[in-house]
Amino acid sequence: MKFLQNLGKSTLETISSVGASSIMLYGALFALPTWKNVRLTIAQMHVVGVQSLLIIMVSGLFIGMVMALQGYTILVNYGAEGSLGPMVSLSLLRELGPVVTALLFAGRAGSALTAEIGLMKATEQLSSLEMMAVDPLRRVVSPRFWAGVISMPMLALIFSATGILGGHVVGVDWLGVDAGSYWSIMQATVEWDKDVVNGIIKSIVFGLVVVWIALYKGYSCIPTSEGISKATTETVVFSSLAILGLDFILTALMFGIS
Amino acid sequence: MQEPIVKIDNMRFSRGDRVIYEDISLNVEKGKLTAIMGPSGIGKTTLLKLIGAQLTPDSGSVLFQGTDVHAISRTKLYDLRRKISMLFQSGALFTNMSVFDNVAFPLREHTQLDEDIIHTIVMLKLEAVGLRGAAFLKPSELSGGMARRAALARAIALDPELIMYDEPFAGQDPISMGVLVKLIKALSKALNLTSIVVTHDVTEVLSIADYAYILANKRIIGEGTPEQIRQSDSELVQQFLQGKADGPVPFHFPADDFSRSFLGAKK
Repeated sequence: MKFLQNLGKSTLETISSVGASSIMLYGALFALPTWKNVRLTIAQMHVVGVQSLLIIMVSGLFIGMVMALQGYTILVNYGAEGSLGPMVSLSLLRELGPVVTALLFAGRAGSALTAEIGLMKATEQLSSLEMMAVDPLRRVVSPRFWAGVISMPMLALIFSATGILGGHVVGVDWLGVDAGSYWSIMQATVEWDKDVVNGIIKSIVFGLVVVWIALYKGYSCIPTSEGISKATTETVVFSSLAILGLDFILTALMFGIS
Repeated sequence: MQEPIVKIDNMRFSRGDRVIYEDISLNVEKGKLTAIMGPSGIGKTTLLKLIGAQLTPDSGSVLFQGTDVHAISRTKLYDLRRKISMLFQSGALFTNMSVFDNVAFPLREHTQLDEDIIHTIVMLKLEAVGLRGAAFLKPSELSGGMARRAALARAIALDPELIMYDEPFAGQDPISMGVLVKLIKALSKALNLTSIVVTHDVTEVLSIADYAYILANKRIIGEGTPEQIRQSDSELVQQFLQGKADGPVPFHFPADDFSRSFLGAKK
């Protein structure tokens, strides 16, 4: 009996939080973009985007280097080390770029957003905005939301680009793959709409999901230190699971059915 | 008699199963300083949030200048809130901005004034609270009392008609307390503001209030001018004024019969 009660309670809570977060998303999406909002959005892009650049580039570089190393040791058995370029670039553009960037983004920017908004709630800053007749959804949530959605695909592209350079460093400069074949086979294999655009679409979807979860968790957290810590953890956990789950669905839709 | 600026009628409010207010009616007269006193944890902040329409009562109404604040659209409510300011207990300054930008914030949000004029207004407001010299400090560099004064400067930036103080004296040293008492008094006189001060610091607030209400046990247990309050023969009011530990307002939070808690009877 108790079990049924709890099940019902948690189901109701889940449904109501989906509803509440949708209302928040609606408020953030349709906040009229005034000049002031554009300025705030650009300021937030600096925080969530530019300040994430270092971790994104370093991770991209290393992942590209590891991919080249692993790929080379397999491909060289078949004398196919010339295909290292497309192998590295396709895996990065289609999968690793969007997915790993989104995971890093959730850890680096998502958790920061949740903690920031949760703390603004705990210190009554959101309440005081309300009382000053300034809509916190429009003033605080919306700029952060748009900044995240815009920054994420750019970060993913930068991640993939540094990864490809990392692959070059290991594959060409170190292991001696021919530079001409690294670049030219890559150029011949990678398709703009199928690989690059699909990767960008993925990263936009991931960006949207990460900032949505992060902002909602911050906005709805219990304004105590435990509450904020729980909300921050949940942001990272839920975002990561959502990214990986959505990646499977998107991949199936984009590449699975031919 | 003039129409009161805030009029609360038979309001009932509860959180979950816990009733905060049973049935409250009170009036705040224009241009007067009204004190609302009561023990901690009675939901005095909640009352201010109900007046500011951040919370909605279960029944009853809150009128601000004759408008029911809970029955109007969001846009109208936001228009109305420009006439109301609230000073939060923590100050609620935006921690990422300097004191100057904090005070300038409502001006930049709600007016089209150019930066020169905003600079002048902000400096005037900061001068009024004695913090002109601290304009370019961050809120984290201020002491508690200074943060509250900075928040007060922000609250009066748009020249509101009503200003609500949430526990302005809590946790202040005697000097800061004296400064705040003087400021609240001076501002309400000089700007002809209507003020609501919610507090449990009885002596301070009775020295400046024009009218006072005492809240306890989910309702208003006493009201009147400070003189009438002091003379009140209600046991409840006297307990509160004299700070007796037990009396009509019980020392114990409602609990089961103690024999059941202590003698091992489980729920």
